[in-house]
Amino acid sequence: MNFLSIFVLIPVLMILALFLSKKRNQILGVMVTGSTLLIGLSIYLVIKYIITRAGGATDPMLFTSTITWYEPLNIHYSVGVDAVSVAMLCLSSIIVFTGTFVSWKIEPLTKEFFLWYCLLAIGVFGFFISTDIFTMFMFYETALIPMFLLIGIWGSGRKEYSAMKLTLMLMGASALLLVGILGIYFSSGATSMNILDIKNANIPLNQQYLFFILTFVGFGVLGAMFPFHTWSPDGHASAPTAVSMLHAGVLMKLGGYGCFRVAIYLMPEAAEQLAPFFLILTGIGVVYGAFTACVQTDLKYINAYSSVSHCNLVLFAILMLNQTAMTGAVLQMLSHGLMTALFFALIGMIYGRTHTRLITEMGGLIKIMPFLGVCFVIAGLASLGLPGLSGFVSEMTIFVGAFENTDAFRRTLTIISTASIVITAVYILRMVGKFLLGPLQNQEHAKLDDAHWFERLAVIILIAGIVYIGSFPTDLADMLNNSIGNVVAQVMR
Amino acid sequence: MEYTIYILLLPLFTFIFIGLLSNKLSHKTAGIIGTISLTIITILSYMTAFEYFTTQKINGVYQTIVPFNQLWLNLGANLHIDLGIMLDPISVMMLIVVSTVSLMVHIYSLGYMKGEVGFQRYYSFLSLFTFSMLGLVVATNIFQMYIFWELVGVSSYLLIGFYYTKPEAVAASKKAFIVTRFADLFFLIGILILSFFTQTFDFGILMSGDGSIFNSAIGTTFIGGSVLTWAMALIFVGGAGKSAMFPFHIWLPDAMEGPTPVSALIHAATMVVAGVFLVARLFPIYIGFTPEVLHGIAYVGAFTAMFSAIIAIVQTDIKRVLAFSTISQIGFMMVALGVSGYEGHEGLGYMSSMFHLFTHAMFKALLFLGAGSIIHAVHSNEMNQMGGLRKYMPITHLTFLIACLSISGIPPFSGFFSKDEILTATFNFSNGLGIWMTVVAFLTAFYMFRLYYNIFWGKEYKSENGHIPHESPISMTFPLIFLAAVTLVSGFIPFGKFVTADRAEYIIHLDWTVATISISVAIIAILLATALYRKPSNIPSKIVSKTKGLYKAAYHRFYIDEIYLFITKSVIFKGISQPFAWFDRHIIDGAMNGLAWITNWTSLKIRGFQSGQVQWYAYVFLLGTLLITILAIAI
Repeated sequence: MNFLSIFVLIPVLMILALFLSKKRNQILGVMVTGSTLLIGLSIYLVIKYIITRAGGATDPMLFTSTITWYEPLNIHYSVGVDAVSVAMLCLSSIIVFTGTFVSWKIEPLTKEFFLWYCLLAIGVFGFFISTDIFTMFMFYETALIPMFLLIGIWGSGRKEYSAMKLTLMLMGASALLLVGILGIYFSSGATSMNILDIKNANIPLNQQYLFFILTFVGFGVLGAMFPFHTWSPDGHASAPTAVSMLHAGVLMKLGGYGCFRVAIYLMPEAAEQLAPFFLILTGIGVVYGAFTACVQTDLKYINAYSSVSHCNLVLFAILMLNQTAMTGAVLQMLSHGLMTALFFALIGMIYGRTHTRLITEMGGLIKIMPFLGVCFVIAGLASLGLPGLSGFVSEMTIFVGAFENTDAFRRTLTIISTASIVITAVYILRMVGKFLLGPLQNQEHAKLDDAHWFERLAVIILIAGIVYIGSFPTDLADMLNNSIGNVVAQVMR
Repeated sequence: MEYTIYILLLPLFTFIFIGLLSNKLSHKTAGIIGTISLTIITILSYMTAFEYFTTQKINGVYQTIVPFNQLWLNLGANLHIDLGIMLDPISVMMLIVVSTVSLMVHIYSLGYMKGEVGFQRYYSFLSLFTFSMLGLVVATNIFQMYIFWELVGVSSYLLIGFYYTKPEAVAASKKAFIVTRFADLFFLIGILILSFFTQTFDFGILMSGDGSIFNSAIGTTFIGGSVLTWAMALIFVGGAGKSAMFPFHIWLPDAMEGPTPVSALIHAATMVVAGVFLVARLFPIYIGFTPEVLHGIAYVGAFTAMFSAIIAIVQTDIKRVLAFSTISQIGFMMVALGVSGYEGHEGLGYMSSMFHLFTHAMFKALLFLGAGSIIHAVHSNEMNQMGGLRKYMPITHLTFLIACLSISGIPPFSGFFSKDEILTATFNFSNGLGIWMTVVAFLTAFYMFRLYYNIFWGKEYKSENGHIPHESPISMTFPLIFLAAVTLVSGFIPFGKFVTADRAEYIIHLDWTVATISISVAIIAILLATALYRKPSNIPSKIVSKTKGLYKAAYHRFYIDEIYLFITKSVIFKGISQPFAWFDRHIIDGAMNGLAWITNWTSLKIRGFQSGQVQWYAYVFLLGTLLITILAIAI
């Protein structure tokens, strides 16, 4: 069996082990062991990938393997990775790992929570290792269903409404996707649903238009594309902490990754022609999300709208259809994944102590919880693009890349979206200034304690990732750049 | 000169070390580690300067050397961001300025910040700032400069907001960051445009060669100017933001909420001159290809200098007076750059601007540290709670007086030499601008001595609770004495030997006509201030009541802050963000909910068919059969 499949196998085994475990310690033991193995596996994958590439492997996808599982429709279980999927797998394993520690005290139904959590992980990992579009779609659906239960049962606030809304909107999107994927397969006339095969068989241009729109919008909804982003604020606000982390940190990346891997890669001509329309939508999304975040008072809503802004920038960059901007988009996915997971983790920890998320009801908390406060400031600085933290690297790569397009339309849009760096500073500093700094607003809060060891561990790992990307981006960016170079070379032939 | 890399690494490690261990270290240890680290940096900087100025002159021209350059991030085929160190006369000069002032502030803070909560945090942020500022001045490429530009911005944010439990400090730090961020946006766009057309970020490549690299940027026009003009103008806007030029000046006076040594270091001597440094760094491009932008810079500088000098006259908070004075003096530097030419005597403006940057950094840091010493003694920033302090604080008094004389332009203090060169250069450019700047010089001497007399003379100091002000400890007076000594002698530095626009030696001649004018103007202003403020009198208040409207407008800083407040609160928050949020909740989300509602409604209506009543089913069945039969017959 191909070693990539172990990414899916580990969560499957975790589920089995969870069924057998009775005590709380056993459950946590299973989760920690499993997610540590996932981290170890991603490290192994990175090393193996680098060595193989250094050894001169030039295939677009490495470590490929195919097993037929539904002959009549030529559906295969095919796996393979390039640098982009490697990066996404690493991100996912980090978030799954830290999410486990953040959920250390989850109550009630601890076992059931982690069962669904692992099922979600299966979907995510399976999606990123697959190269067969139908298998990808199947894993995508696997990731969606647990979300409904996780939010509906363990959530807070209007959880039933939010869970329903999130699931229905994403299900609607996957209906579009299913049509799009089948359309791609049949119109290309390829002999399998493997992306690499479809790429070799061309899709006629007049059919590309329809299927591009279907797949781009289908994945775009998950990537919070304007105006299909409204599931995100409600969904994130109601979800339990670890689920918000996993959802914003990884699941929203499924959208960007899918747009890149399926919509753009398979239908570049339609992408080229329809890009202006979607560029306008995503460009609006970048600025719109940032402005809307400025007036929110709920910490989770601020971060959700901030995610809308950042994720639209990912799609915006992908649509620029050049190597540098696309590299920036992948960097932005990684950066946003870590950053937003850190934000949601910290918000969850603070909410767990103060029982409010309204910035108007808090103040001066950094004095009471110095560790959480400082980490929150670091997350904020990363979000507003401070050099040395990940946001700067990805945003600058995107802006420089986007500006390489010579037409005035794209340049104007780029300049408009650069304005988001100022608006981001406004809402981040407003938020930090209101609830962390200033005098202590609620005397009850003076008794609260700072982070526990398991919370510190999760937060420090995420910050380490953010600092790594932000301070030492050279190798990572080059690795992504090479892989994306392959894609762009094929797209622009 | 490979050791220059330690000038950058040392403060970075100090920041990380003190920052991570801030709970474990005692106040004293943190302060001493920071100060020792900075002493080493200062020694290294002086070594660098000595070695550079003695060995790097070839054929009478200083060379640019790059001892260290490391690829950081690849952006496309040609563009890449490097991190490195570039040494040329202005970056070496800035190394001296930054390390000297920073060291003095480190020593001073040992006394000034003694016993403050967060002392370790303070020292780690000081190291962070020093690191960022040094990285900015030695940048090898414009993107590295932008990176460190943002980092100084954030260190300034952290230090202004040092007393984070005070709402004013939080608001001030936020304002400083956002206003400069807004200006930086233009800087970024400028960089994007410039780098697209030249396909490089590197200063070395941009500045050397015959300028053919700019051909495509000059050849492309956009709304009445070449693209290069736009790019250079946008880059200057970034510089104007950091250097608090009108209309971005509003953040600087509020930034005085930070601890006073921070104001001395960041908001007087180093970070605020980053904009001047930026223009000086790109000067060959400005003068060679976009002189119209350079002239624009001169006018912006001249307007700002006058504008803030007028405001400085009526402020009563001593730190605010100094803040507006800083803005005004930076205006002088901008004017000097703006009127400068390139070679020989033409390049006087450039030389004098850098000279003034140097002398101003020293005497303005001295003024702020002196103000800190006074505030430390009387626990107030307000002028009217001071008076007669010369008896209690002799060292502070004497050093403050030296700085005041220097900024007013009285020989032989350093400010005279640099300011006089600026005025000469300005008069060479145009008489109108020369006269304008002379008036500003007059106002400068006046408001400085108004400040001086109000603090040290005037009415006798009366304390409310029997507290008697006393001289500050040695850790605070030593930096005062040191900087005063520098102010006394630095005017005699043959600056033209080291820093000129074309990097060849230039011998300074005093233009005695200009010198006579500037000295007499300063003396008249000082005499006027003496007459008005030396002894308590009611003449100032009479003048105020005569010119009530003007006074009030100037006191409220010509309502620029209110305009900003209106724009942010009413336009951005109420006019854009809130409608967006409403639109999102009600229109976009409403559409989604509407869709759900329609689905619900439809199924409610259809539900009636599945009622479970057999009679109803039979009825529908019969009706259906009948309908089909009729249809079949009809067809």
